[in-house]
Amino acid sequence: MKSAVIVFPGINRERDMARALSLISGHAPAMVWHAERELPRATDLVVIPGGFSYGDYLRCGAIAARAPIMDAVRDFADQGGLVLAVCNGFQIACEAGLLPGVLMRNSQLRFICRDVYLRVERSDTPFTRGYNAGQVIRVPVAHGEGNYIADGETIARLEGEGRVAFRYSSPDGMIDPNWNHNGAMNAIAGIVNERGNVLGMMPHPENHIEAAMGRTDGRGLFAGLVDHFNLAA
Amino acid sequence: MISNEPAITSELVAQHGLKPDEYERIVKLIGRVPSFTELGIFSAMWNEHCSYKSSRIHLRTLPTKAPWVIQGPGENAGVIDIGDGLAVVFKMESHNHPSYIEPYQGAATGVGGILRDVFTMGARPIACLNALSFGDPKNPKTRSLVAGVVAGIGGYGNSFGVPTVGGELRFDRRYDGNILVNAMAVGLADADKIFYSAASGVGMPIVYLGSKTGRDGIHGATMASAEFGADAEEKRPTVQVGDPFSEKLLLEACLEIMAKGCVIAIQDMGAAGLTSSAVEMGAKGDLGVTLDLDNVPCRETGMSAYEMMLSESQERMLMVLKPEKEQEAEAIFRKWGLDFAIVGETTPTKRFIVRHGGAVMADLPIKELGDKAPLYDRPSVAGGKRQIVQAADVVAALPIADALEKLIGSPDLCSRRWVWEQYDHVILGNTVQRPGGDAAVVRVEAGPKALALTADVTPRYCEADPFEGGKQAVAEAWRNLTAVGARPLALTDNLNFGNPERPEIMGQFIGCVRGIGEACRALDFPVVSGNVSLYNETKYPGEELGRAILPTPTIGGVGLIDEFTRSATIAFKAEGEAILLVGETSGWLGQSLYLRDICGREEGAPPPVDLAAERRHGDFVRALIKDGLATAVHDVSDGGLLVALAEMAIASGIGAVLEAPAAIPPHAFWFGEDQARYVVTLKDPGPVLQAARAAGVPVTRLGATGGAILALAEERPLPVGDLKRRFEGWLPAYMSGAA
Repeated sequence: MKSAVIVFPGINRERDMARALSLISGHAPAMVWHAERELPRATDLVVIPGGFSYGDYLRCGAIAARAPIMDAVRDFADQGGLVLAVCNGFQIACEAGLLPGVLMRNSQLRFICRDVYLRVERSDTPFTRGYNAGQVIRVPVAHGEGNYIADGETIARLEGEGRVAFRYSSPDGMIDPNWNHNGAMNAIAGIVNERGNVLGMMPHPENHIEAAMGRTDGRGLFAGLVDHFNLAA
Repeated sequence: MISNEPAITSELVAQHGLKPDEYERIVKLIGRVPSFTELGIFSAMWNEHCSYKSSRIHLRTLPTKAPWVIQGPGENAGVIDIGDGLAVVFKMESHNHPSYIEPYQGAATGVGGILRDVFTMGARPIACLNALSFGDPKNPKTRSLVAGVVAGIGGYGNSFGVPTVGGELRFDRRYDGNILVNAMAVGLADADKIFYSAASGVGMPIVYLGSKTGRDGIHGATMASAEFGADAEEKRPTVQVGDPFSEKLLLEACLEIMAKGCVIAIQDMGAAGLTSSAVEMGAKGDLGVTLDLDNVPCRETGMSAYEMMLSESQERMLMVLKPEKEQEAEAIFRKWGLDFAIVGETTPTKRFIVRHGGAVMADLPIKELGDKAPLYDRPSVAGGKRQIVQAADVVAALPIADALEKLIGSPDLCSRRWVWEQYDHVILGNTVQRPGGDAAVVRVEAGPKALALTADVTPRYCEADPFEGGKQAVAEAWRNLTAVGARPLALTDNLNFGNPERPEIMGQFIGCVRGIGEACRALDFPVVSGNVSLYNETKYPGEELGRAILPTPTIGGVGLIDEFTRSATIAFKAEGEAILLVGETSGWLGQSLYLRDICGREEGAPPPVDLAAERRHGDFVRALIKDGLATAVHDVSDGGLLVALAEMAIASGIGAVLEAPAAIPPHAFWFGEDQARYVVTLKDPGPVLQAARAAGVPVTRLGATGGAILALAEERPLPVGDLKRRFEGWLPAYMSGAA
């Protein structure tokens, strides 16, 4: 699996993401600067990592969504290429029109960093094939603006088309406001686009990948992607 | 010289925080009346914050060397060798006054400043910690200060991209008018690629990098060198505004040009901005410096030389570059979208010359600006020794179970989760132990080594007995590092005190420094960097003397773990394990939280620290961890033994059956704050008890883990779930206005 990690000024989880990709796919990703206009040839997976692109002084992700490299990312997605957008990456993908909806300030109006539980809603996407549907995984979040909101029609479509990939849940998989730390609508933690080739999610699977560090719940996402490309090859 | 600057009057001198005799010293040194810009430069260099004029002669007594110390105090940060060609760069610094005036920006720029100190030396920051002291929770201002400071620390560190992994938080009415915000940063560098501030070579270009200069923070360092009056709010313009986005770019750009071999010398612009950084680079290199302010990138038009020299705008660096690498360096900075300007050069004259608009605005001897700063051996008086409080003279005001419930949910002992969940503590993917344990543990790159990090001090001990309190602060940091299995290597100290012109404050300072030195020597735990913050007091209208803070010498400790998967945590691991207490218990209640919060008595001598026992007990515990025998370890500190046990139970959900020896009154046994103690759990205590006897380490068997209740003989059983609710409850309730 050849992956490319997009680096905007102010992005700060690109090293975490590069480590996860290297450890699990066996190949170091290309780090692609925001001012570039093209992705490396034969890229399989584009990753937009977390951070505070351009300081997030404007609406989160709004400036990055208009950076030169994003035209290439949009073309790549249009042709069916896989795009993984995490945290600030999710915000950027929404601002760039790759995904519907918007990430608002957490309902408690504070930045929150903690492990949360996610219920995997479906296992038939390239991003979630490493898990079973209904499985609960534990991964960290670290964001001030992760509260997913969209209009009623969009939410109805997302739900109707089964495009919610992850939901915040209790450790035993119940959807419960007490386990929805940021107040997201329908406890949405991650969604895919219509075609199913762009995943946006707030939590950080890249931070739970090593057994020696305590947890490997995030590994399934990357291992599933590697399997996806191995089978396709 | 120039004519459009104000005339120098005694009022103007006083406004600059300079005493009449200090001004006389300036006139004598340069042989004439200084210009306005020069007066500003002297005030910036000679204030307490930058010159350490009251503390220097005492700081010299601290041990700063060890075979693993690469750089001790005097540079931007301390540097220690951790093997494998790697070095750890770290320092702690205060941002107290600004954080009281403007909590969010004051705390944020405190974090920014200390991060810059670390990456200036060529290190990538890998962790931050902080030590925060606030006033009485009942003070109406406290809640907003906590909210603002915590948001500011998070706002800066989260965006910059460094995990904030530990720290401490306390409440005491003595900080009502003067909170403390001490921030520590830790970075990792190649041991042979450390960068220093001394310039070398004549005619070398001096380059200005980073953000533009504005009118913010002018006289920040001078403000920090005086006590607060009723006009604290009016000092808001002296507080800088932080921009973590620029700092992140500056980090990446600096590390990139360092890796490309462009840099001869580098100094960040912190307190006293351009003045302090330029003088430091020249003076340390035995060179003169000429600055041409027309080339300084400015945020605003019409800035005077005086304003540019004293601005404390953030996220700026000064460097001496290799001339042949200038273009390469400039291209890197342009790529990151940062300002790059040649603003001066090194000269052979040892003069500090500042030009602006075609005129010479300052022409001063560069060495003397730093070296000839006033140095005071201020008069001091030691406070009287406090009486030892006998346990028998303390009536147990509450049953043990009730007292524990009250303490575990009290402002000083409850969970700090509300704070550290606002800090990204997992970014970089190396956080082995998150906040909430004895020390944070951060893996070094891919491992197997890890660093243990902690920040500690017990101010009420320091006030009751500065010498013992200073010892205790170091011993507690050492113990916290040991409790996770680390070998303590070195520390940074952040010494926060009141007005040094008052002999009783100077007495506290000297006592604490003596105690710190004594403990450092006994524990092979040298001081490699630090910061002194004096004048932490507030004068209220109608009162003759300012109200000083509790003496608060915060110790930031760094230790090394060889195998990170072997670090110990505080949580009980399984049912049916033996619980042992390592160390001696006399039932010392003087200055304990039990005496203060349960009995309402703030009195007595603090617990003495036997440094030899400290070392013996710590070495024993560390070996148990290394050998994989200890299943859980927790140091015993504030609140005493039962609080430590409750924390171990809460962290795991597993209860314990406990018994106290009959020789000591139960309330003194469970809540006394004797030092050099650890709680350890083991699967098989037999061999360990034997080994302890052989090593001369006192070990007491307290009971066993199991169930979901903390069960003490003759006491009401305490469900761990209830304790946890109390432990987790107070801070969120308080911050939401409910407590």
